[in-house]
Amino acid sequence: MNTLLTQIINGLHVGSVYALIALGYTMVYGIVKLINFAHGDVIMVGAYAALTLLTSAALPFWAAALLAILFCAALGVTVERVAYKPLRSAPRISSLITTIGVSFFLQNSVQMLFSPTPRPFPIRINVPTLVVGNLKVSGLTFVTILVAVALMAALEMFVRRARMGKAMRAVSEDLQAAQLMGVNINTTISMTFAIGAALAAVGAILYSTAYPSVSPTMGAMPGLKAFIAAVLGGIGIMPGAMLGGFIMGVAESLTKGYISTQLSDAVVFGILIVVLLVKPSGILGRHVSEKV
Amino acid sequence: MDAAARKLWIMNAAALAAVSAALLLAVGTGMVSPYIQDVLISSLINIIMAVSLNLVCGLLGYLALGHAAFMGVGAYAAALVSIHWKVPLSFPLALLMGGVAAAVAGAAIGVPALRLKGDYLAIITLGFGEIVRIIMNNMPILGGARSLRGIPRVTTIPAAYAVVVVCVALMFTLGRSRHGRAILSIREDEVAAASCGIPATYYKILAFTLAAFFAGIAGGLYAHNMGVLNPNRFNFDRSIEYLVMVVLGGMGSITGAVIAAVVLTALPEILRPLSDYRMLIYSLALILMMLFRPDGLLGTAEFSLAGIAGRFRRGRGDGG
Repeated sequence: MNTLLTQIINGLHVGSVYALIALGYTMVYGIVKLINFAHGDVIMVGAYAALTLLTSAALPFWAAALLAILFCAALGVTVERVAYKPLRSAPRISSLITTIGVSFFLQNSVQMLFSPTPRPFPIRINVPTLVVGNLKVSGLTFVTILVAVALMAALEMFVRRARMGKAMRAVSEDLQAAQLMGVNINTTISMTFAIGAALAAVGAILYSTAYPSVSPTMGAMPGLKAFIAAVLGGIGIMPGAMLGGFIMGVAESLTKGYISTQLSDAVVFGILIVVLLVKPSGILGRHVSEKV
Repeated sequence: MDAAARKLWIMNAAALAAVSAALLLAVGTGMVSPYIQDVLISSLINIIMAVSLNLVCGLLGYLALGHAAFMGVGAYAAALVSIHWKVPLSFPLALLMGGVAAAVAGAAIGVPALRLKGDYLAIITLGFGEIVRIIMNNMPILGGARSLRGIPRVTTIPAAYAVVVVCVALMFTLGRSRHGRAILSIREDEVAAASCGIPATYYKILAFTLAAFFAGIAGGLYAHNMGVLNPNRFNFDRSIEYLVMVVLGGMGSITGAVIAAVVLTALPEILRPLSDYRMLIYSLALILMMLFRPDGLLGTAEFSLAGIAGRFRRGRGDGG
């Protein structure tokens, strides 16, 4: 019983990171209907940015984290302006390939700047371990889940209440109609990319503190899993991304604990396939009937 | 066959014969180094992969992100046949079995997956592709992550070239046949096609299975070229590589896929002197290509000798 609880808590830990990253996928998909394959590499860039600021610039943790997040947000906006915006009216597959190109570009630039060998990530947060009864929860796990949940709640509030949040929802519902109503499409899309990339940077820092090794290809696997989490919950739906992230994390952790480490990815993909076959629009997705 | 068609046929046959003769002569006389021969074989294998993926992505218009998995299934099936069955003509048999195994996998995945459309199909093929890779990694008979060794290295340029010719010719004839037009009509509008009596599900699965079949044969060629197989060679990145070839060539253009496959196989090799910058240039080229030619090199058009000849004739007429 105790191990089960520990596994579930570990799952929630990694799941909350997936959820943060998944939000970026789902927001971008919801607004421009684009699967942003470069999102996983934003995680990697965020981790490297934090690493550099911590080691070379020797900044305190909070400053390094904040700057890394801002850097990623700027990167997200720049990439959107330079590479995706010109292709907004092009065939969707072209934009998809462009995101893959951007992904390669980010990976290889970082590889050139920092060499392909993995680097250790200096952990600078010291949180005491939490003991509840005979259950030990590492302080890091607790902080990660707390930060993730707080950010998600803040984002949900932002999208529901703030003017920009309303604009985002309007654009994702109908881009042209929103434009006619005076919503500035470009600013809204830029903002979406900025928020998505900033959340990815937070995810990156949390992920690197849990798995303290940073390499140019580190973004691929968490990126892919977060993407699956977004699809699982219903792509384009924000609470879905959070739910999907937690489900993915827990499923992965339980498979690792009880079945086999090698098969944990297979189970994750298996869940994805079953969900897509049973309810293609995802767990929280609405069924949209096709107009002929 | 009318006169124009006969003339076209003769022209294409002559061009094919000339290219074949040049290739075989160059290889036979030892004019090209083993290194270039290796690049040539890889190009030929990639042509088969790109052209077969083009059937699903270009002609059928369904985005599939798991094509490398079929290559993997074919590669392992062919390798096992070669290793365990000591019969005459085992290489062609192995290739065929590789193709059949991949086709079976293609049908098994296609039947559930093709109920979905668009991005969802892309995601589910991605999921299936990764699952196939993970299963291959965990099967003791395949050697798993420790690799399968001892596959006879019998893939030659003529053998790979022959498969390419058959594959490309079949794709062209399929594209112009009743079945090809049925597949195209599904791309244009599935609902309309179905309401005109085209069995959409049948054709979708047919296209998917056929593409998997050729991917399997390409896998067989790959296995017998490398001599060693590792499941992680058939991952998501590789599927993306083939998708990039199809898109760069122009979705739906068979000759475009061929050209893109050759260029994208040769380009990293040509850029090898730049070592560190090579992948950076490759990724920039990809982005710029998409920004300035979002429809790919050829769009949906085909490179054809008749078209060039026609242009010359028209040009003379206009100028004269």
